[in-house]
Amino acid sequence: MSGVEGYMYPNEITLYWSVLIVLYPYITGLVAGAFILASLERIFNVEAVKPTYRLALLTALSFLIVAPLPLQLHLGHPERSPEMYFTPHATSAMAMFGFVYLWYLMAVLVFEIWLDYRKDIVLLSQSTTGLKRILYRIMTLGSSNISPRSLAIDRKVGWIVTLVGIPSAFILHGYVGFIFGSLKSNPWWDSPLMPVVFIFSAMVSGIAAVLLLYMLTAKLRNQPIDMPCVDTVAMYLFYIFILDFSLEMLDLIHRIYEADESFRSLNFMVHTKLYFSQIVLQLCIGTLVPILLLAIVQVTHLSATIRKRIYVLSGCLVQVGVFAMRWNVVIGGQLFSKSFLGYTTYKVGLVTREGLLVAIFLSILPLAILSGLLKLLPPWPKDEQNLVEAAATHTP
Amino acid sequence: MSRFKDAGHLFRFAFLFVVAFAVFLVVRHFVVPRSFGEYGHYRGAAIGEIAAHPIHFAGHQACEACHADIADTKKAGKHATVNCEACHGPLANHAADPSIQPAKLDTAVLCIRCHAASAAKPKDFPQVDAEQHSSGVACETCHQPHSPAIQAGGAK
Ligand code: HEC
Ligand code: HEC
Ligand code: HEC
Ligand code: HEC
Repeated sequence: MSGVEGYMYPNEITLYWSVLIVLYPYITGLVAGAFILASLERIFNVEAVKPTYRLALLTALSFLIVAPLPLQLHLGHPERSPEMYFTPHATSAMAMFGFVYLWYLMAVLVFEIWLDYRKDIVLLSQSTTGLKRILYRIMTLGSSNISPRSLAIDRKVGWIVTLVGIPSAFILHGYVGFIFGSLKSNPWWDSPLMPVVFIFSAMVSGIAAVLLLYMLTAKLRNQPIDMPCVDTVAMYLFYIFILDFSLEMLDLIHRIYEADESFRSLNFMVHTKLYFSQIVLQLCIGTLVPILLLAIVQVTHLSATIRKRIYVLSGCLVQVGVFAMRWNVVIGGQLFSKSFLGYTTYKVGLVTREGLLVAIFLSILPLAILSGLLKLLPPWPKDEQNLVEAAATHTP
Repeated sequence: MSRFKDAGHLFRFAFLFVVAFAVFLVVRHFVVPRSFGEYGHYRGAAIGEIAAHPIHFAGHQACEACHADIADTKKAGKHATVNCEACHGPLANHAADPSIQPAKLDTAVLCIRCHAASAAKPKDFPQVDAEQHSSGVACETCHQPHSPAIQAGGAK
């Protein structure tokens, strides 16, 4: 049989969870990470990272909208997926996850963004014309009350939403880890640490993504990068990265020490089929190098230009590393036989429904949505002044 | 009262949720089949629909009533536990009307379906590599399908 080494059970030869199922935890991870960054600064009132607050929320939203698409494309009958909502089964992790997703999307993210932007939306609905005006009008839900009192109420409610949002974000991504970690039939996945590792790697990837996006958008708008802001975000990234790394190592050491009946087989897999994606990409290039780079920034005094370059480089490496981690979990868990006697191969299709082109498209789509959202709801604090003025001169 | 007024927009948002939930309930009412949940977490009417499917298998008791000779041969042999229709395929129509001739079986493909050597099978299950064992000759040439064991020293 092509691609099979040793002995595989017949149902293990083809991999059913494709690159799209790799993309799915990666994307939800970015959502959870970006949101947690925004929440940290809101709950703990960190002034320095304020410029990334709204950007992080919009990033989370645009990735969250795309998150279910890879799953839909993976399904043989996507049109049946709403049945999960209509007749949910309490023992189905996926069905319960659907509600977590909806809750997080509507009650947390959209609500928090709406509260935070309400003033802008009202002002925009007064200063714009035509179709845009109608759009903003709808988004105000017909209330143009931006009295100081109402805004104060918004802030309070927003704070509570953020507070509820943090556990929600943890549940959202913890659930993704749970779906893998709770599979006792698969020794590569079966670990109570899985949800925790997923959450921390999610925070790492999400914070790095917001850092990159912030620097990119500043560059595109020809605005100076707020160095105290990126320094603080990078510091968060560094510390959470250390936590994430420790947890992953804990998981690894635990597996090595426990060395259960699957160990020889999995160990062999890590040294052969997964060597490049696990050891080279995930561990060395995607974890050790960026941790080292970020550590250098923490302990030395480098110039702003060099720091920026380091942030961009380590931000990109982090994305590679976290994507590789998702890859190794999802694909790695299907490469070996439960007989522990053989291995199969995963070949990514190019133009198939679950192929590479679709995966690339789904990775770009959130960025396209984000750029639309950035136009619709500009997160830049500077624009706020102009808005008030524009609205003042424009009111008929 | 004015506090209430300043929180008015929040009620509008909450109202959206209520509307969305109401729409959900209405849609749910129409898309979930009537008999869902009647007996368990599935469409109750499905049981009736499946029961209405035509029967394909007669069961070995039916065969044995008419083919007692073969039933006796089989009972004494190694295939005692193998059901008639596991080899002959579904024959409910033949059992109901014997004038319908069952299809002839080709032992060159039939037997290896169960006996092809594979590491996944229990070690004590009789299995052969068809190429080595008989190099394409129909198994029937040497083995009696209804009593397949070949006694040592017996006819080949
Ligand atoms: C009602 C009695 C009856 C039942 C029940 C019955 N058969 Fe038959 N079967 C016959 C008769 C009669 C023939 C024709 C015999 C002949 O032509 O020599 C026949 C022929 C056959 C043949 C073809 C014989 C040949 O020479 O090609 C097979 C195979 C067969 N039956 C298998 C079965 C199996 C398996 C079952 C159980 C699902 C079954 N029969 C149930 C009466 C029955
Ligand atoms: C291990 C597979 C197998 C099982 C189990 C089996 N048969 Fe057969 N049977 C065959 C094969 C092979 C033939 C010969 C090819 C043919 O005639 O189609 C055959 C032939 C027959 C024939 C034709 C007459 C004859 O003696 O050759 C009848 C009737 C028949 N089987 C009935 C039965 C009945 C009744 C049972 C269940 C009690 C049964 N068979 C179980 C494989 C099987
Ligand atoms: C539906 C699966 C099935 C099919 C088809 C089948 N067999 Fe069997 N066979 C069995 C089973 C089950 C046994 C009993 C194994 C045991 O005793 O552990 C068996 C036993 C045997 C044995 C006895 C081996 C021994 O222990 O000495 C022989 C020989 C054999 N089969 C030959 C055949 C031939 C020839 C055919 C084709 C006509 C055939 N089988 C078709 C299931 C099948
Ligand atoms: C040339 C005659 C011949 C043909 C054709 C033949 N066999 Fe056999 N087979 C034998 C003999 C003889 C034995 C007994 C050998 C022994 O006990 O070591 C045997 C034994 C077996 C056994 C029992 C093996 C064991 O380990 O207990 C199975 C199963 C079997 N045959 C299946 C088949 C199948 C399936 C086919 C068709 C693909 C087939 N045979 C064709 C002669 C034949």
